Amino acid sequence: MSEPVHVPTVAEFAQRGETPEVLFWVGCAGSFDERAQKVTKAMVKILNHVGISYAILGKEESCSGDPAKRAGNEFLYQMQAMNNIAILNGYGIKKIITTCPHCFNTLKNEYPQMGGNYDVVHHSSYLQELIDSGKLTVEGGSFKGRKITYHDSCYLGRANNIYEAPRRVLEALDGELVELKRCRANGLCCGAGGAQVFKESESGDKEINVERAEEALSTGAGVIASNCPFCMTMLRDGVKHFNKEDDVEVLDLAELVSKANDL
Amino acid sequence: MQWISQVVFALILIAAIYFFSRNVGKIRRNILLGRDEDRSDNKPQRWRNMLRVAFGQSKMAARPIPFILHFIVYAGFILINIEVLEIILDGLFGTHRILSFMGPIYDVAIGFFEILGLGVLIACVLFLTRRFISRIPRFHKPEMAGWPTRDATIILISEIVLMTALLIMNGADQALQMLGNPHYIDAGANPVSGLYAGWMHGTFSEGQLIFIERACWWFHIIGILLFLNFLPYSKHFHIILAFPNTYYADLTPKGRFANIESVTNEVKMMLGLPDVDTNAPPPESFGAKDVQDLTWKNLMDAYSCTECGRCTSVCPANLTGKVLSPRKIMMDTRDRLEEVGKEMDSGVQPTEEKNLHSYISKEELWACTSCNACAEACPININPLNIIVQMRQYLVMEKSEAPNELNMMFNNIENNGAPWQFPASDRDAWANQV
Repeated sequence: MSEPVHVPTVAEFAQRGETPEVLFWVGCAGSFDERAQKVTKAMVKILNHVGISYAILGKEESCSGDPAKRAGNEFLYQMQAMNNIAILNGYGIKKIITTCPHCFNTLKNEYPQMGGNYDVVHHSSYLQELIDSGKLTVEGGSFKGRKITYHDSCYLGRANNIYEAPRRVLEALDGELVELKRCRANGLCCGAGGAQVFKESESGDKEINVERAEEALSTGAGVIASNCPFCMTMLRDGVKHFNKEDDVEVLDLAELVSKANDL
Repeated sequence: MQWISQVVFALILIAAIYFFSRNVGKIRRNILLGRDEDRSDNKPQRWRNMLRVAFGQSKMAARPIPFILHFIVYAGFILINIEVLEIILDGLFGTHRILSFMGPIYDVAIGFFEILGLGVLIACVLFLTRRFISRIPRFHKPEMAGWPTRDATIILISEIVLMTALLIMNGADQALQMLGNPHYIDAGANPVSGLYAGWMHGTFSEGQLIFIERACWWFHIIGILLFLNFLPYSKHFHIILAFPNTYYADLTPKGRFANIESVTNEVKMMLGLPDVDTNAPPPESFGAKDVQDLTWKNLMDAYSCTECGRCTSVCPANLTGKVLSPRKIMMDTRDRLEEVGKEMDSGVQPTEEKNLHSYISKEELWACTSCNACAEACPININPLNIIVQMRQYLVMEKSEAPNELNMMFNNIENNGAPWQFPASDRDAWANQV
């Protein structure tokens, strides 16, 4: 393993009178959820590896407001948005990278309505850029030849029409990408969005994540690639439902890339 | 005698146009009961969308079989209406095939319409087969019971009957041409009706043929005028509204939910920010309690919906047995809006207890994952999710009726800046273990 890494904060940059080139927006799941923290760490390793000037907000970051807005609590959403925008604008942030498609969508599409205008990039697009520009190489890593399937998250896919970038990253891994039956614009939701992940689902005859995990398992892929911490939770629970957690891994794109590079 | 039929025809035509216009006017009024929303920007893009999605039916192609069948009926509808124009002119002026002076162009056109007419007829029979024999599941969801299914059946059978009348009329016309009847001038190519015109020629007398031809002519045109007047009462109104509905569809990414401006001012006041508009009137209410609180575009969506159920067939909640059906959201919005419109027409005082939430339950609203599959699947860019979110806003901000777990989530965000109960001071704890 490599040396312990110091994760710089924007405040540290500000003390030196500097602004980082990019802000890594970690998000609530990436900060607190034990599984999603691994994705955060993988992303930090990649950022260090490529040597870009980046920082996090640290304790100054707060929920983007996405779940509040989707659940109909516009007051709470706007309070969160206003506070976050005040901090981001205060630091003069221009470019934001985030590993959560919900944060990505809210910051990119909804903050401008409240006076927050940034170049917001989801990490799947960022990773693709790094690979395309040669700053990051992933070929011939541990995923060479392995069957990987990809789950389109709703907030990256339909919500923002990003279908190619994550696939390009996966193709670069030299694995065998097998598409799910319902993919791209027809992708089936994992069941978490719209604040569903914070409550029990309404009564029905199946859980959505079980339906989706069943579909993913039917591809025979050993890895289910995701790009969203909530999809990650839902798919892992779905895989566990079928007692397949020892055979099938659910991994984020950042984890796949960092593992392929032995970071 | 001829003038009597011309006068009768003119009266029927005027009545048909009058009633149709009146009903369309009511629908327009009902749509405009909705909240204002500016959709006048980026006209070139809007035209392109309309041409591609409505005129070009691009989103139908996702399902090839219904796409082909629907395209035949759609092309038939647009093109055979050129022949209806001739029928109207003939009816008014007492002429017969007034446009036949165009010679070969006319012949080819009539021949083409016959082939299309037969295509429409076959497509409608296949549509009925899909609906009632193959029983495609999306046509048999609970919200389709009763009128919606009858509505669909009426439309398909009407089209079959209308096309049959047109083809019999042409057959009789051609048989009369063979007899050399001077009124039935030599006009039109008849690739379909030509197959049985000879048989009709040998079977019926000249008088019978004239009767058949006239009867089918009247039946066809009166049928079409009745069909026109059925549209405002039917899901079939989509043949008109699909065009403006795709024109006015949202151009922003599907993930972007609109900001509620009135909330912004309130929040700024709460946070003690300087640029507060202190003269702004306090907002009357938040979110959608009833149809008038939705935008006019939401209401146009409701009138545009033809209940095909593509939205419901891809909805993750519906697929896993929850009560939510995006199609039902649109149908309920239209039904409630029609009810409000009727109350206005009859001068009845609206009942306080009844609103859009009387039609759409909380269980439906809270089952939505906001995944946008419904909006993506809609062939004419209807957005059920937008209505769901506005109704949630009413439940949360006006009634405080969010599910308990969501209230806990709200509290956590407010207190800890995260939807879970973790202290904000631990937000970057992970950074020490990289």
